[in-house]
Formats: sequence, structure tokens, C-alpha cells
Amino acid sequence: MSDVAERVRKIVIEHLGVDAEKVVDNANFIEDLGADSLDTVELVMAFEEEFSVEIPDDSAEAIVTVGDAIRFLEKATAA
Amino acid sequence: MFDLSGKTALVTGASGGIGGATARALHRQGATVAISGTRLEALEALAAELSSRVHILPCDLADPAQVEKLTPAAEAAMGSLDILVNNAGLTRDNLFMRLKDEDWDLVLAVNLTAAFRLNRAAMKGMLKRRYGRIIGITSIVGVTGNAGQGNYAASKAGMIGMSKSLAAEVAARNVTVNCVAPGFIETPMTDVLNEKQKAAILTNVPMGRLGNGDDIAAAVVYLASAEAAYVTGQTLHVNGGMAMI
Repeated sequence: MSDVAERVRKIVIEHLGVDAEKVVDNANFIEDLGADSLDTVELVMAFEEEFSVEIPDDSAEAIVTVGDAIRFLEKATAA
Repeated sequence: MFDLSGKTALVTGASGGIGGATARALHRQGATVAISGTRLEALEALAAELSSRVHILPCDLADPAQVEKLTPAAEAAMGSLDILVNNAGLTRDNLFMRLKDEDWDLVLAVNLTAAFRLNRAAMKGMLKRRYGRIIGITSIVGVTGNAGQGNYAASKAGMIGMSKSLAAEVAARNVTVNCVAPGFIETPMTDVLNEKQKAAILTNVPMGRLGNGDDIAAAVVYLASAEAAYVTGQTLHVNGGMAMI
């Protein structure tokens, strides 16, 4: 597992208070991990801080699963 | 009770009567205060009076660019922002049929839109720290309406609806959003009324006197305090019994 994936999973586990084994790539934040819409906004804020990147609103809306977040942040931090 | 030591507060319109009293009261309870307004001299006089734990942040709330910078400036000056008091407001009264577009736009921009922008900017830090107190100074006329104040009443009613909506969104994060609704308060804003008008108003105030800035400031201190943790989405009317809602 990449370093980015590990950090993303850690933030999700901490923020949503869910079991680590549930935080798989295709886990949907809202449907599978019990997040509400404000949680998803807070997760994006936490990702921005952790990775020192800016996630525009339209990109943020497309991040609905753990895998979406990992892929976005791997790309954003690769540059 | 109501100890605000270590808390940080931003008060807009602190060069005015209610805003100045509010900044003093929050400061007296131990908070560090950032005072904002357009009249630099009045802000400097207030800062000199408070002497410590005070920051001056001039801002014209009619200018969106300046508004966007105000919350970050307060956070930078004080290290965080725990308490935001949207107090700044102005009136451009006229009979509804004579209300000009620019008088409508200016009153809505300063009284409502600026509060929206400040709240939005403050939310990030408050959510992250899982603590926040937002207090909007609305007005009795936002609930009752008032002839000649269609624009002002709309802005104040809008603030109540905005506050309730935001309160519902962030309640689970220990951020509360409430309003204080003053009745007739002795300030430069109401000094324009003549004695006859004031006497007529007083016939409708069971308490038999106009309110003062300290009456409002005390309500703000309460809503800003840890003790008011379970109060959110409310409007606290401070009006001497003028309207019982």
C-alpha cells in the first residue's frame, strides 16, 4: 500500500471512528462508513491539510469513496 | 459563570453603541477581542480603553474583498476564532414604494451578506476545533416588521433564518449559532428619533425605558459562554417586554 493510501486511511479511520478493516478502496464514505455530508466536507479539509494541497469544490464532490480520495491525492502530490 | 478566559472573539461594528458594549463585556469576561468597524478613531479609543487582549481590524463590510479577509485576519491576530459576533448593521429607511435599489442592496450587503461570508470563513476553524459560538445581532423588526424598514427588516429576518440553518448543520460539532434581537436601544442609530417619537415608542415598552448596549452585551456574553452549550438556533429577544415572542 502506498504512503498516500496509508495516510488517507488513517485520517478516515480517525475522523469517522470506524474499524480499519471497513476502510477499503471501494468503501463509500456516506453509504458504507456512516459519514454525513458535513463529515465529507471535513474529510476534504483534513486531506487538504495533511497533503498541503487545495481540493477544488468540483473535485471534492467527485470524491465519494476511499479509493477516489487516494487516487486524487496520489495524482495531486505526484507533481 | 460565563468565564471566557482564553477565548477569542471578533466583534463587527465595534465602533457603534451595541458593538462597543459587547466588545467590552466579552473582554471583561476574559476573552481576547478583535474589534472591527469603519471608524478607526472609535476603534482606537476602545482599544486604548481595553489596553490589553485587543486587536483592531478595520473593515468595510460593504466591500466583499475586505469581508473575505476579516475572519482570517482575526484568526491570524489571535491564533484562533472561538466567538464571532455579527453586530455591524446600518439602516437606510424609507417607505417601501420609495426604497431605492441601492438602499436595499447596501443594507442587505452589510447586514446579511457580510455575516454570511464571515460565518462561512469562520466555520473551518470552528469545525476543526469542535468549538464555536456564532452570535448574530438581529432586531425585533426582523420578527415583527416595521413600516419604513422593509430593507432592514428583511436583512434581520434573513439573519435569523440563516442562523437556524447553519445551527442545524453544525450542532453536532459543538458549534452553536444564535441571534440576539434588541428592541429599542439607546445608540447613535436610534438617536435620530426625536423626543416625541421616543415617547411614543416607550408607550409600547412595558419596562418603561429604552434599552442600552449593556443589556444586549449581557445576552451576547451568555450565548458566547460554555454554559449556553445546549442553546442553538435560538433568538433571544432583549426588548423590555416590547414584543413577547
